[in-house]
Amino acid sequence: MEREHIIRQYDLELNEIREKLLEMGGKVEVMIANAMKSLVERDSALAEETIAFDHHINHMEVEIDEKCLQVLARRQPTARDLRFLTLALKIVTDLERIGDQCRNIAKRVLELNTEPPLKPYIDLPRMSAAAATMVREALDAFVKGDAELALKVCKDDAFVDALNDQIQRELLVFMMTDPSSISRAIKVNYISKCLERVADHATNVAEMVIFMVKGKDIRHTVA
Amino acid sequence: MVELAVNLFDDAPRHELAVAALKAEARNLNFHYGGFHALKDISLPVYDHSITALIGPSGCGKSTFLRCFNRMHDLYPGNRYQGEIVLYPDNVDILAPSVDPIEVRMRISMVFQKPNPFPKSIFENVAYGLKVRGITRRDEVEAKVEEALRGAALWNEVKDRLHDLASNLSGGQQQRLCIARALAIDPELVLFDEPTSALDPIATASIEELMLELKERVAILIVTHNMQQAARVSDHTAFLYMGEVIEFNDTKKLFTMPDKKQTEDYITGRFG
Repeated sequence: MEREHIIRQYDLELNEIREKLLEMGGKVEVMIANAMKSLVERDSALAEETIAFDHHINHMEVEIDEKCLQVLARRQPTARDLRFLTLALKIVTDLERIGDQCRNIAKRVLELNTEPPLKPYIDLPRMSAAAATMVREALDAFVKGDAELALKVCKDDAFVDALNDQIQRELLVFMMTDPSSISRAIKVNYISKCLERVADHATNVAEMVIFMVKGKDIRHTVA
Repeated sequence: MVELAVNLFDDAPRHELAVAALKAEARNLNFHYGGFHALKDISLPVYDHSITALIGPSGCGKSTFLRCFNRMHDLYPGNRYQGEIVLYPDNVDILAPSVDPIEVRMRISMVFQKPNPFPKSIFENVAYGLKVRGITRRDEVEAKVEEALRGAALWNEVKDRLHDLASNLSGGQQQRLCIARALAIDPELVLFDEPTSALDPIATASIEELMLELKERVAILIVTHNMQQAARVSDHTAFLYMGEVIEFNDTKKLFTMPDKKQTEDYITGRFG
């Protein structure tokens, strides 16, 4: 059990940041799911909603940044508190980018929905689900200080990368056999790339969690 | 499958201490105030040209430890040292009964919590140690006093009123005067016992800046209650608790990623 600070207000401030980050994580998870749902179900209204929702994510980024700066200025945190706060500042950026990727997906969905469907989507929903799980687990690992779970997230990134490669190959075949599919295939390819980036952001968070818990910087060491 | 180039889960310390020449070293030092065992088997290096900070809660023994370096405990009956404090480069154990405390204080000087100038002029305050050392030639004394006042970043403020009473100076100036007095004897190691706790933030900043300049010339050992001060100025930090060294580490490491949980609890304000 983590010991509390002598100054109780300090604990409250750190907890508030922790909870806000979790809330933000929950929201981007919903965004990922909705962006994918709008694609699979050709639901333009849901895509519009997803695009508009990104505004909330941006707002939360600003809010969490502000809270972190306040604690840094007023408490002069050290050791685990300092690592937590500097990580929170970075994690919030990754979460915000995930929101941007979801918005990008939703924009492509709106374009795709004006054209006939290219193909039934099988791998993209799998990829989306995997990326959303990575985001959730990375944040769980952050909150619980669980380096093992964070390491799992880092490793799961390979699965999403492999799906992305597979989708690209498949789309290439589509484009070669039917040039009229090219413009749609490029958009679908873009969506796949966005999901791959979502997984990368989750990996970034997980790597930082490992640093927070273990004090080891494993960024740029994954072969 | 993903391979990680580093082993994540070994907990061995990852930062080597910067290699520097030793100025002094406590070896298995124990100290008793009568029946109270105040320092328990402390072994700690003090590196030359660097600042070593001692932190810990009140009563942890950090000031007691600092004072051992100046043989200040000798003055009271019932106090007892065991172990050694070796001063380099000549390997002399400054706690040895055969070593004269006055000799020790010529090589290791001290600055206290509250500025304590003598009720004399600015000039005489700095010249005092020189007299004790047998330096009496007027031109030599004047040169040394100026050098010490410059070293303590006070010369420009007092050069036109060297014969004013020291007590007319501001608190920050008085403390710099005490530093000049400590420097005048050309010490090898300067001990600071919470040197800024009675000063405002501006005066504190100027003393900290001064310490950083001084480490070019001497080794510094400082006791401070202000952890941010230890983090700002020191190269190495020792965390003491109940008379024991819990952790000695590079300051950079100790304040970001301490090796010991107890250190972390203390520096993050979780000590209960």
